[in-house]
Amino acid sequence: MNWLSIKRVFRAGFLNFWRNGFVSFASVLMMVSTLLVIGLAMFAGVILNTTLEQFRDKADMDVYFTTDAPDARIVDIEASLKALPQVESVQYISRDDALAQFRERHQNDQLTLQALDELGDNPLGAVLNVKAKDITQYDVIANFLQGQDALASGSPQVIDKINYFDQEHRDAIDRLVQITDSGKWIGGFIIGLFVLITIAISFNTLRLTIYSSREEIQVMRLVGAGKTYIRAPFMVEGVLYGLIAAIITLLLFYPLAWWLGNATEGFFGGINVFDYYLSHFLLFFGIIAGSGVVLGAVASLLAVRRYLKI
Amino acid sequence: MIYYDRVSKIYADSSVALDDVSFSVEPGEFISIVGHSGAGKTTLVKMLLAEEKPSSGSVFFESVNVHDVPSRRINDLRRKIGTVFQDFRLLPQKTAYENVAFAMEAAGRSEEEIASDVPHVLDLVDLSEKANNFPDELSGGEAQRVAIARAIVNQPDVIVADEPTGNLDPVNTFEIVQILKKINDLGTTIILTTHNKGVIDSLKKRVVTLDRGKVIRDDREGKYIL
Repeated sequence: MNWLSIKRVFRAGFLNFWRNGFVSFASVLMMVSTLLVIGLAMFAGVILNTTLEQFRDKADMDVYFTTDAPDARIVDIEASLKALPQVESVQYISRDDALAQFRERHQNDQLTLQALDELGDNPLGAVLNVKAKDITQYDVIANFLQGQDALASGSPQVIDKINYFDQEHRDAIDRLVQITDSGKWIGGFIIGLFVLITIAISFNTLRLTIYSSREEIQVMRLVGAGKTYIRAPFMVEGVLYGLIAAIITLLLFYPLAWWLGNATEGFFGGINVFDYYLSHFLLFFGIIAGSGVVLGAVASLLAVRRYLKI
Repeated sequence: MIYYDRVSKIYADSSVALDDVSFSVEPGEFISIVGHSGAGKTTLVKMLLAEEKPSSGSVFFESVNVHDVPSRRINDLRRKIGTVFQDFRLLPQKTAYENVAFAMEAAGRSEEEIASDVPHVLDLVDLSEKANNFPDELSGGEAQRVAIARAIVNQPDVIVADEPTGNLDPVNTFEIVQILKKINDLGTTIILTTHNKGVIDSLKKRVVTLDRGKVIRDDREGKYIL
């Protein structure tokens, strides 16, 4: 196709869009609803992800040291833990802090506090609270710690207990993994299904639009127009539908995200949709405008092809 | 120039549209194909435009079997044949001017050629005043004249007019036939299909008569006899 033809194709596409006023309006409207669903799916995906991540973040692991563990060993172990790529953070709780926390936890339990006072000495060891980057990595970290402790030859073992090896703690973590994983799958599936359905509806609307032009397409063939020359203006029109629908959708999302922002932040306790929309605007623009353009072009291309066969 | 060689067309439901049709058309001829509705006139035209394939036999245009032309080259063939239909088949979203210009654009002609030829052709069919009107703002006769302008603008070797007066009143019918005669006088071959007795009898040109898919008469200076 030469430059002259390209110019004509664009002119014809724009003119058709303008002169087919009502049909164009209806197609853009339909496309807006599709792009809205795609955008909402993006929001839903982010909210779902952050919420599930928050759940997963609740998991942690405590490493209890013996009461006579030297501070130097604990510092060593803390440093080696921090060096692990799987570890997100390590918090050191000294023996005194552990005791203070224990007292606070049991402040209404006089019997326990009395028993503690009877002992005279602090019965609690220091604790390292470990958070992994991913919930599935506690296993690796716990095994690493056990190995480290056993390898420290010559000196007595300092780790009294790792709560990850408690069956209950492990079960809780496993269940959390299961729930969040299936949450992601089910959420993703539902979102995907909605997106697919609306894409199919939009696709069909464009096909109907072009169906109304089928005789026109056949006439163009009979007066000697080439297939590409006939097809291209319809694709330009489809792309225009997509672009205009994308701009409308992105504009609609501004007040929508603002309104949803406070509600979701309060409810899901983490993410403000409005802030997310503003900080990820380019991503939204790319996906929504890209989807609109691709949808418009591909739907037009496929719909016209049927009537070009003569 | 055009040669139908033992062409038959049998549709899937076994109805026979054309049955062993053979005849040729010479350059510059004005040939009318007549017959009742369903006699096979339109099928004959569609064969020449490669819009339909024959069940057997061949259609030659300038010694080329039109059904052997690959799909991507078919536009070149169609640009040599101007077509006029009973229902005008103008592009509804384009003005009269743009409808005519479209045929030139499709043929890859330059903007300058379009700007000079389209007004000229519209003037030839006496429609300069309606150049900016859309098809739904034109009368039947006017729409058909736009269709003729579109058919001749690329100076094709042959014009195929399939029942061009079928939807027109006698005055417009007369005008359209006069325009076709004028085009023929300028050297373009015309193939006209019709079942209008008045038109055929006034033309005094060659008439091929079809009945139930068969050629039953081929008269040099024929009349409508059925």
